Amino acid sequence: MAKIKYIEFNGTEHEADVANGLSVMEGAIQNDIPGIDADCGGGMSCATCHVYINDDEWFRKLPEKEMGEDDMLDQAFEPKSNSRLSCQLIVSDDLDGLTVHMPEKQV
Amino acid sequence: MIKTDVVIIGAGPTGLFCAHQLGIIGLKCEIVDNLDKIGGQCIELYPDKPIYDIPAVPKCTGEELTNNLIEQIKPFNFNFHLSDRVQELKNENNKWLVKTLNGKEFETPNIVIAGGVGSFEPRKFPTKSAEKYDGKSVLYSIKDKTIFKDKSVVIFGGGDSALDWAIELSNSSKVTLVHRRDEFRGTPASVQKIKELSDNNTIDLITKYSIKDVKGNGSLESVEIKSESGESKVIKADYVLGFFGLIMQLGPIAEWGLNLDKKTIPVNTENFETNKKGIFAIGDICTYPGKLKLILSGFHEGALAARGCFKYARPDEKYRFEFTTASSTIKDRLGVKE
Repeated sequence: MAKIKYIEFNGTEHEADVANGLSVMEGAIQNDIPGIDADCGGGMSCATCHVYINDDEWFRKLPEKEMGEDDMLDQAFEPKSNSRLSCQLIVSDDLDGLTVHMPEKQV
Repeated sequence: MIKTDVVIIGAGPTGLFCAHQLGIIGLKCEIVDNLDKIGGQCIELYPDKPIYDIPAVPKCTGEELTNNLIEQIKPFNFNFHLSDRVQELKNENNKWLVKTLNGKEFETPNIVIAGGVGSFEPRKFPTKSAEKYDGKSVLYSIKDKTIFKDKSVVIFGGGDSALDWAIELSNSSKVTLVHRRDEFRGTPASVQKIKELSDNNTIDLITKYSIKDVKGNGSLESVEIKSESGESKVIKADYVLGFFGLIMQLGPIAEWGLNLDKKTIPVNTENFETNKKGIFAIGDICTYPGKLKLILSGFHEGALAARGCFKYARPDEKYRFEFTTASSTIKDRLGVKE
Protein backbone atom coordinates (compact mmCIF):
# COMPACT_ATOMS: atom_id res chain seq x y z
CA MET A 1 0.00 0.00 0.00
CA ALA A 2 1.24 3.48 -0.80
CA LYS A 3 -0.19 6.94 -0.35
CA ILE A 4 -0.01 8.67 -3.72
CA LYS A 5 -0.67 12.36 -4.17
CA TYR A 6 -2.14 13.46 -7.49
CA ILE A 7 -2.05 17.16 -8.27
CA GLU A 8 -4.19 18.47 -11.09
CA PHE A 9 -2.88 21.16 -13.42
CA ASN A 10 -5.05 23.74 -11.65
CA GLY A 11 -3.43 22.84 -8.32
CA THR A 12 -6.25 20.70 -6.87
CA GLU A 13 -4.73 17.95 -4.76
CA HIS A 14 -6.04 14.42 -4.31
CA GLU A 15 -4.63 11.70 -2.11
CA ALA A 16 -5.31 8.02 -2.50
CA ASP A 17 -4.20 4.83 -0.79
CA VAL A 18 -3.29 2.58 -3.66
CA ALA A 19 -2.82 -1.15 -3.18
CA ASN A 20 0.47 -2.76 -4.14
CA GLY A 21 0.43 -4.16 -7.64
CA LEU A 22 -1.93 -1.57 -9.07
CA SER A 23 -0.51 1.14 -11.29
CA VAL A 24 -0.51 4.81 -10.35
CA MET A 25 -2.94 5.23 -13.28
CA GLU A 26 -5.34 2.64 -11.83
CA GLY A 27 -5.11 4.38 -8.46
CA ALA A 28 -6.44 7.54 -10.09
CA ILE A 29 -9.17 5.84 -12.13
CA GLN A 30 -10.46 3.75 -9.21
CA ASN A 31 -10.64 6.80 -6.99
CA ASP A 32 -12.32 8.99 -9.63
CA ILE A 33 -9.43 11.41 -9.67
CA PRO A 34 -9.71 13.62 -12.75
CA GLY A 35 -6.83 14.47 -15.06
CA ILE A 36 -5.79 10.98 -16.12
CA ASP A 37 -7.75 9.54 -19.07
CA ALA A 38 -6.03 6.18 -19.71
CA ASP A 39 -7.86 5.66 -23.01
CA CYS A 40 -6.11 2.39 -23.83
CA GLY A 41 -6.64 0.97 -20.35
CA GLY A 42 -3.00 0.53 -19.40
CA GLY A 43 -1.58 -1.11 -22.51
CA MET A 44 1.09 1.55 -23.12
CA SER A 45 -0.68 2.17 -26.42
CA CYS A 46 -1.75 5.76 -25.91
CA ALA A 47 -0.28 8.62 -23.94
CA THR A 48 -3.27 9.75 -21.96
CA CYS A 49 -2.11 8.80 -18.45
CA HIS A 50 0.85 11.14 -18.70
CA VAL A 51 2.17 12.68 -15.46
CA TYR A 52 5.18 14.73 -14.37
CA ILE A 53 7.37 13.74 -11.44
CA ASN A 54 8.52 17.16 -10.33
CA ASP A 55 10.67 15.93 -7.46
CA ASP A 56 14.07 14.95 -8.89
CA GLU A 57 14.80 12.49 -6.14
CA TRP A 58 11.51 10.68 -6.69
CA PHE A 59 12.02 10.67 -10.45
CA ARG A 60 15.36 8.88 -10.01
CA LYS A 61 13.92 6.49 -7.46
CA LEU A 62 11.19 5.21 -9.78
CA PRO A 63 11.79 2.04 -11.79
CA GLU A 64 13.41 2.98 -15.10
CA LYS A 65 11.34 3.40 -18.21
CA GLU A 66 10.96 0.27 -20.26
CA MET A 67 11.42 0.24 -23.99
CA GLY A 68 8.56 2.01 -25.63
CA GLU A 69 7.53 4.34 -22.83
CA ASP A 70 9.57 7.25 -24.15
CA ASP A 71 8.27 6.55 -27.66
CA MET A 72 4.75 6.82 -26.34
CA LEU A 73 5.64 9.96 -24.38
CA ASP A 74 6.74 11.60 -27.65
CA GLN A 75 3.06 11.54 -28.47
CA ALA A 76 1.87 12.99 -25.18
CA PHE A 77 0.73 16.55 -24.54
CA GLU A 78 3.79 18.65 -23.58
CA PRO A 79 6.18 15.88 -22.57
CA LYS A 80 9.22 16.87 -20.52
CA SER A 81 12.27 15.02 -19.26
CA ASN A 82 10.44 14.26 -16.00
CA SER A 83 7.42 12.80 -17.79
CA ARG A 84 6.17 9.29 -17.09
CA LEU A 85 3.20 7.21 -18.13
CA SER A 86 1.37 6.48 -14.88
CA CYS A 87 0.21 3.08 -16.18
CA GLN A 88 3.85 1.99 -16.07
CA LEU A 89 4.37 2.97 -12.42
CA ILE A 90 3.46 -0.07 -10.39
CA VAL A 91 2.68 0.69 -6.78
CA SER A 92 4.67 -0.91 -3.96
CA ASP A 93 5.45 0.20 -0.42
CA ASP A 94 8.49 1.96 -1.89
CA LEU A 95 6.21 4.42 -3.67
CA ASP A 96 4.59 5.62 -0.44
CA GLY A 97 4.57 9.41 -0.51
CA LEU A 98 4.97 9.79 -4.28
CA THR A 99 3.50 12.95 -5.80
CA VAL A 100 2.55 13.14 -9.46
CA HIS A 101 1.53 16.27 -11.33
CA MET A 102 -0.91 16.12 -14.22
CA PRO A 103 -0.37 17.98 -17.46
CA GLU A 104 -2.79 20.69 -18.59
CA LYS A 105 -4.63 18.04 -20.62
CA GLN A 106 -4.18 14.52 -21.88
CA VAL A 107 -5.56 14.81 -25.41
CA MET B 1 -28.68 10.10 -50.18
CA ILE B 2 -27.94 6.45 -49.40
CA LYS B 3 -30.85 4.51 -47.89
CA THR B 4 -29.83 1.61 -45.68
CA ASP B 5 -31.00 -0.47 -42.73
CA VAL B 6 -28.11 0.45 -40.45
CA VAL B 7 -25.22 2.91 -40.36
CA ILE B 8 -22.34 1.59 -38.28
CA ILE B 9 -19.96 4.18 -36.88
CA GLY B 10 -16.56 2.56 -36.42
CA ALA B 11 -14.83 -0.20 -38.37
CA GLY B 12 -13.07 -1.83 -35.43
CA PRO B 13 -13.63 -5.47 -34.52
CA THR B 14 -16.95 -4.76 -32.79
CA GLY B 15 -18.38 -2.79 -35.72
CA LEU B 16 -17.19 -5.43 -38.18
CA PHE B 17 -18.75 -8.32 -36.30
CA CYS B 18 -21.99 -6.39 -35.85
CA ALA B 19 -21.99 -5.96 -39.65
CA HIS B 20 -21.60 -9.72 -39.94
CA GLN B 21 -24.57 -10.30 -37.69
CA LEU B 22 -26.65 -7.82 -39.68
CA GLY B 23 -25.71 -9.64 -42.86
CA ILE B 24 -26.68 -12.96 -41.36
CA ILE B 25 -30.16 -11.72 -40.48
CA GLY B 26 -30.61 -10.12 -43.87
CA LEU B 27 -30.07 -6.45 -43.15
CA LYS B 28 -27.88 -4.02 -45.07
CA CYS B 29 -25.44 -1.60 -43.55
CA GLU B 30 -22.95 1.13 -44.37
CA ILE B 31 -19.81 1.48 -42.27
CA VAL B 32 -18.12 4.82 -41.60
CA ASP B 33 -14.67 5.22 -40.04
CA ASN B 34 -12.39 8.16 -39.55
CA LEU B 35 -9.24 6.14 -40.21
CA ASP B 36 -8.09 5.45 -43.75
CA LYS B 37 -8.12 1.73 -43.06
CA ILE B 38 -10.38 -0.92 -41.55
CA GLY B 39 -9.65 -2.29 -38.07
CA GLY B 40 -9.90 0.52 -35.51
CA GLN B 41 -7.59 0.33 -32.49
CA CYS B 42 -6.53 -3.18 -33.51
CA ILE B 43 -4.92 -1.88 -36.65
CA GLU B 44 -3.88 1.57 -35.46
CA LEU B 45 -2.58 0.87 -31.97
CA TYR B 46 -1.48 -2.76 -31.92
CA PRO B 47 -1.40 -4.43 -35.37
CA ASP B 48 1.57 -6.60 -34.31
CA LYS B 49 0.68 -7.24 -30.68
CA PRO B 50 -0.71 -10.69 -30.00
CA ILE B 51 -4.20 -10.94 -28.47
CA TYR B 52 -4.78 -14.02 -26.31
CA ASP B 53 -8.43 -13.79 -25.35
CA ILE B 54 -10.46 -14.23 -28.51
CA PRO B 55 -12.56 -17.36 -27.94
CA ALA B 56 -11.21 -20.38 -29.84
CA VAL B 57 -8.28 -18.33 -31.17
CA PRO B 58 -5.37 -18.98 -28.79
CA LYS B 59 -3.27 -16.19 -30.25
CA CYS B 60 -3.64 -13.65 -33.04
CA THR B 61 -2.43 -10.13 -33.78
CA GLY B 62 -4.66 -7.11 -34.22
CA GLU B 63 -3.98 -7.26 -37.93
CA GLU B 64 -4.84 -10.95 -38.22
CA LEU B 65 -8.05 -10.45 -36.29
CA THR B 66 -9.02 -7.57 -38.57
CA ASN B 67 -8.23 -9.52 -41.74
CA ASN B 68 -10.29 -12.46 -40.56
CA LEU B 69 -13.26 -10.25 -39.73
CA ILE B 70 -13.03 -8.58 -43.14
CA GLU B 71 -12.97 -12.04 -44.72
CA GLN B 72 -15.98 -13.07 -42.65
CA ILE B 73 -18.18 -10.20 -43.89
CA LYS B 74 -17.01 -10.32 -47.50
CA PRO B 75 -20.11 -12.22 -48.74
CA PHE B 76 -22.31 -9.28 -47.79
CA ASN B 77 -20.44 -6.67 -49.86
CA PHE B 78 -21.05 -3.88 -47.38
CA ASN B 79 -19.74 -0.41 -48.22
CA PHE B 80 -17.01 1.19 -46.17
CA HIS B 81 -16.70 4.95 -45.98
CA LEU B 82 -13.16 5.47 -44.69
CA SER B 83 -11.37 8.72 -43.82
CA ASP B 84 -14.78 10.13 -43.06
CA ARG B 85 -16.64 10.93 -39.87
CA VAL B 86 -20.32 11.09 -39.00
CA GLN B 87 -20.86 14.68 -38.12
CA GLU B 88 -24.57 15.25 -37.74
CA LEU B 89 -27.68 13.24 -36.86
CA LYS B 90 -31.23 14.40 -37.34
CA ASN B 91 -34.43 12.49 -36.68
CA GLU B 92 -37.23 12.84 -39.21
CA ASN B 93 -40.33 10.62 -39.24
CA ASN B 94 -38.63 7.89 -37.24
CA LYS B 95 -35.67 7.83 -39.62
CA TRP B 96 -32.23 9.09 -38.86
CA LEU B 97 -30.63 11.41 -41.37
CA VAL B 98 -26.89 11.07 -41.08
CA LYS B 99 -24.37 13.52 -42.53
CA THR B 100 -20.63 12.98 -42.74
CA LEU B 101 -17.74 15.39 -42.81
CA ASN B 102 -17.15 14.63 -46.49
CA GLY B 103 -20.76 15.45 -47.28
CA LYS B 104 -22.19 11.94 -47.58
CA GLU B 105 -25.80 11.50 -46.49
CA PHE B 106 -27.59 8.41 -45.25
CA GLU B 107 -31.20 7.70 -44.35
CA THR B 108 -31.58 4.85 -41.89
CA PRO B 109 -33.83 3.65 -39.07
CA ASN B 110 -30.77 2.45 -37.11
CA ILE B 111 -27.37 3.74 -36.11
CA VAL B 112 -24.88 1.52 -34.31
CA ILE B 113 -22.11 3.44 -32.59
CA ALA B 114 -19.08 1.18 -32.34
CA GLY B 115 -16.73 4.07 -31.90
CA GLY B 116 -14.24 2.70 -29.35
CA VAL B 117 -12.77 5.58 -27.42
CA GLY B 118 -13.50 8.00 -30.23
CA SER B 119 -12.08 8.75 -33.61
CA PHE B 120 -8.37 8.90 -34.26
CA GLU B 121 -7.10 12.35 -35.02
CA PRO B 122 -3.61 13.76 -35.23
CA ARG B 123 -2.29 15.28 -32.03
CA LYS B 124 -1.89 18.98 -32.67
CA PHE B 125 0.59 21.54 -31.37
CA PRO B 126 -0.29 22.73 -27.86
CA THR B 127 0.35 26.35 -28.85
CA LYS B 128 -2.76 28.44 -29.41
CA SER B 129 -1.05 30.53 -32.06
CA ALA B 130 -0.71 27.46 -34.29
CA GLU B 131 -4.50 27.17 -34.69
CA LYS B 132 -4.63 30.26 -36.89
CA TYR B 133 -2.49 28.53 -39.51
CA ASP B 134 -3.99 25.07 -39.11
CA GLY B 135 -4.54 23.43 -42.48
CA LYS B 136 -2.72 26.23 -44.32
CA SER B 137 0.89 26.40 -43.17
CA VAL B 138 0.68 24.35 -39.97
CA LEU B 139 -0.01 20.78 -41.09
CA TYR B 140 -0.35 17.35 -39.48
CA SER B 141 -0.45 15.31 -42.66
CA ILE B 142 0.74 15.85 -46.19
CA LYS B 143 -1.48 15.57 -49.21
CA ASP B 144 0.59 17.40 -51.80
CA LYS B 145 4.32 17.54 -51.23
CA THR B 146 4.97 19.89 -54.15
CA ILE B 147 3.83 22.87 -52.06
CA PHE B 148 7.06 22.60 -50.04
CA LYS B 149 9.42 23.03 -52.99
CA ASP B 150 12.11 25.60 -52.19
CA LYS B 151 10.38 26.50 -48.91
CA SER B 152 11.60 26.44 -45.32
CA VAL B 153 9.91 23.55 -43.56
CA VAL B 154 10.20 22.88 -39.83
CA ILE B 155 9.21 19.34 -38.85
CA PHE B 156 8.45 18.27 -35.27
CA GLY B 157 8.45 14.68 -34.07
CA GLY B 158 10.66 11.62 -33.64
CA GLY B 159 8.73 8.81 -35.26
CA ASP B 160 8.73 7.42 -38.75
CA SER B 161 6.36 10.02 -40.19
CA ALA B 162 8.58 12.87 -39.02
CA LEU B 163 11.80 11.18 -40.14
CA ASP B 164 10.48 9.97 -43.50
CA TRP B 165 9.13 13.38 -44.42
CA ALA B 166 12.32 15.10 -43.25
CA ILE B 167 14.32 12.78 -45.53
CA GLU B 168 11.91 13.10 -48.45
CA LEU B 169 11.54 16.88 -48.29
CA SER B 170 15.26 17.48 -47.80
CA ASN B 171 15.67 16.99 -51.57
CA SER B 172 13.76 20.10 -52.47
CA SER B 173 13.18 22.12 -49.28
CA LYS B 174 15.14 23.67 -46.44
CA VAL B 175 14.31 21.22 -43.67
CA THR B 176 14.73 21.62 -39.93
CA LEU B 177 13.82 18.63 -37.76
CA VAL B 178 13.03 19.34 -34.11
CA HIS B 179 12.55 16.60 -31.52
CA ARG B 180 12.12 16.71 -27.74
CA ARG B 181 14.91 14.21 -26.98
CA ASP B 182 18.06 12.72 -28.54
CA GLU B 183 16.55 9.32 -29.30
CA PHE B 184 14.16 8.70 -32.15
CA ARG B 185 11.52 6.03 -32.32
CA GLY B 186 11.71 5.69 -36.11
CA THR B 187 13.22 2.67 -37.83
CA PRO B 188 17.01 2.43 -37.38
CA ALA B 189 17.65 2.97 -41.12
CA SER B 190 15.71 6.24 -41.09
CA VAL B 191 17.42 7.40 -37.90
CA GLN B 192 20.79 6.63 -39.52
CA LYS B 193 19.82 8.56 -42.66
CA ILE B 194 18.70 11.57 -40.60
CA LYS B 195 22.06 11.61 -38.80
CA GLU B 196 23.89 11.51 -42.14
CA LEU B 197 21.79 14.34 -43.55
CA SER B 198 22.47 16.34 -40.41
CA ASP B 199 26.22 15.62 -40.50
CA ASN B 200 26.50 16.85 -44.06
CA ASN B 201 24.29 19.86 -43.31
CA THR B 202 21.50 18.89 -45.67
CA ILE B 203 19.05 19.27 -42.81
CA ASP B 204 19.20 21.09 -39.49
CA LEU B 205 18.63 18.69 -36.63
CA ILE B 206 17.67 20.24 -33.29
CA THR B 207 16.99 17.97 -30.34
CA LYS B 208 15.78 18.63 -26.80
CA TYR B 209 13.59 21.44 -28.04
CA SER B 210 9.85 21.73 -28.47
CA ILE B 211 7.52 24.28 -30.01
CA LYS B 212 6.87 27.51 -28.16
CA ASP B 213 5.11 29.76 -30.61
CA VAL B 214 4.46 30.33 -34.29
CA LYS B 215 4.73 33.83 -35.65
CA GLY B 216 3.58 35.58 -38.75
CA ASN B 217 1.76 38.49 -40.13
CA GLY B 218 -1.05 37.04 -42.16
CA SER B 219 1.19 34.31 -43.44
CA LEU B 220 3.50 32.19 -41.32
CA GLU B 221 7.01 33.57 -40.97
CA SER B 222 8.79 31.75 -38.17
CA VAL B 223 8.52 29.27 -35.37
CA GLU B 224 9.96 29.76 -31.91
CA ILE B 225 11.23 26.70 -30.08
CA LYS B 226 12.21 26.24 -26.45
CA SER B 227 14.40 23.92 -24.46
CA GLU B 228 13.37 22.69 -21.04
CA SER B 229 15.91 24.93 -19.37
CA GLY B 230 14.26 27.95 -20.98
CA GLU B 231 16.51 28.73 -23.94
CA SER B 232 14.68 29.65 -27.09
CA LYS B 233 15.45 29.92 -30.79
CA VAL B 234 13.56 31.38 -33.70
CA ILE B 235 13.62 29.54 -37.02
CA LYS B 236 12.36 30.90 -40.31
CA ALA B 237 9.46 28.77 -41.49
CA ASP B 238 7.07 28.78 -44.42
CA TYR B 239 5.53 25.54 -43.19
CA VAL B 240 5.45 23.81 -39.82
CA LEU B 241 4.66 20.10 -39.72
CA GLY B 242 3.79 18.16 -36.57
CA PHE B 243 3.91 14.37 -36.37
CA PHE B 244 3.02 13.35 -32.83
CA GLY B 245 0.90 10.32 -33.57
CA LEU B 246 -2.84 10.03 -33.21
CA ILE B 247 -5.10 10.70 -30.28
CA MET B 248 -8.66 9.54 -29.77
CA GLN B 249 -11.37 12.19 -29.62
CA LEU B 250 -15.03 11.53 -29.01
CA GLY B 251 -15.90 14.37 -31.35
CA PRO B 252 -19.50 14.97 -32.46
CA ILE B 253 -20.82 11.85 -30.63
CA ALA B 254 -20.70 13.95 -27.46
CA GLU B 255 -23.35 16.26 -28.92
CA TRP B 256 -26.05 13.73 -29.74
CA GLY B 257 -27.80 13.78 -26.36
CA LEU B 258 -26.84 10.24 -25.37
CA ASN B 259 -26.47 10.88 -21.60
CA LEU B 260 -22.72 10.37 -21.72
CA ASP B 261 -21.05 9.00 -18.62
CA LYS B 262 -17.28 9.70 -18.63
CA LYS B 263 -16.99 9.46 -22.41
CA THR B 264 -19.11 6.28 -22.54
CA ILE B 265 -22.72 5.78 -23.60
CA PRO B 266 -25.17 4.03 -21.24
CA VAL B 267 -27.17 1.26 -22.93
CA ASN B 268 -29.62 -1.42 -21.90
CA THR B 269 -28.25 -4.93 -22.11
CA GLU B 270 -31.22 -6.40 -23.93
CA ASN B 271 -30.40 -4.86 -27.29
CA PHE B 272 -27.74 -2.23 -26.56
CA GLU B 273 -30.03 0.62 -27.48
CA THR B 274 -29.20 4.02 -26.01
CA ASN B 275 -31.70 6.51 -24.64
CA LYS B 276 -32.49 7.42 -28.27
CA LYS B 277 -34.71 5.10 -30.25
CA GLY B 278 -32.78 3.49 -33.09
CA ILE B 279 -29.34 4.48 -31.79
CA PHE B 280 -27.35 1.57 -30.41
CA ALA B 281 -23.89 1.58 -28.83
CA ILE B 282 -21.55 -1.40 -28.62
CA GLY B 283 -17.93 -2.11 -27.75
CA ASP B 284 -15.63 0.08 -25.69
CA ILE B 285 -17.88 3.11 -26.08
CA CYS B 286 -20.91 1.62 -24.30
CA THR B 287 -21.36 1.16 -20.58
CA TYR B 288 -23.70 -0.91 -18.38
CA PRO B 289 -23.36 -2.69 -15.04
CA GLY B 290 -20.63 -5.29 -15.35
CA LYS B 291 -19.24 -3.95 -18.64
CA LEU B 292 -15.91 -5.45 -19.68
CA LYS B 293 -13.85 -3.74 -22.34
CA LEU B 294 -13.02 -6.96 -24.14
CA ILE B 295 -13.29 -7.65 -27.85
CA LEU B 296 -15.36 -10.74 -27.10
CA SER B 297 -17.89 -8.62 -25.16
CA GLY B 298 -18.10 -6.32 -28.17
CA PHE B 299 -18.96 -9.29 -30.38
CA HIS B 300 -21.82 -10.28 -28.08
CA GLU B 301 -23.06 -6.71 -27.91
CA GLY B 302 -22.98 -6.45 -31.71
CA ALA B 303 -25.01 -9.64 -32.12
CA LEU B 304 -27.76 -8.36 -29.84
CA ALA B 305 -27.73 -4.85 -31.28
CA ALA B 306 -28.19 -6.36 -34.76
CA ARG B 307 -31.42 -8.03 -33.61
CA GLY B 308 -32.46 -4.72 -32.06
CA CYS B 309 -31.97 -3.08 -35.46
CA PHE B 310 -34.15 -5.69 -37.15
CA LYS B 311 -37.23 -4.45 -35.32
CA TYR B 312 -36.96 -0.95 -36.81
CA ALA B 313 -35.67 -2.00 -40.22
CA ARG B 314 -38.40 -4.59 -40.81
CA PRO B 315 -41.30 -3.40 -38.64
CA ASP B 316 -43.76 -5.69 -40.42
CA GLU B 317 -41.68 -8.85 -40.09
CA LYS B 318 -41.11 -11.02 -37.10
CA TYR B 319 -37.48 -11.85 -36.42
CA ARG B 320 -36.82 -15.54 -36.52
CA PHE B 321 -33.80 -16.99 -34.77
CA GLU B 322 -31.74 -19.35 -36.94
CA PHE B 323 -28.43 -21.18 -36.71
CA THR B 324 -25.81 -20.76 -39.43
CA THR B 325 -25.27 -24.52 -39.36
CA ALA B 326 -28.87 -25.25 -40.27
CA SER B 327 -30.47 -22.33 -42.09
CA SER B 328 -30.52 -22.47 -45.87
CA THR B 329 -31.52 -18.78 -45.95
CA ILE B 330 -28.36 -17.85 -44.08
CA LYS B 331 -26.27 -20.08 -46.30
CA ASP B 332 -27.70 -18.28 -49.33
CA ARG B 333 -26.79 -14.94 -47.77
CA LEU B 334 -23.27 -16.22 -47.19
CA GLY B 335 -23.09 -17.55 -50.74
CA VAL B 336 -22.24 -21.01 -49.42
CA LYS B 337 -22.88 -23.87 -51.80
CA GLU B 338 -23.34 -27.38 -50.52
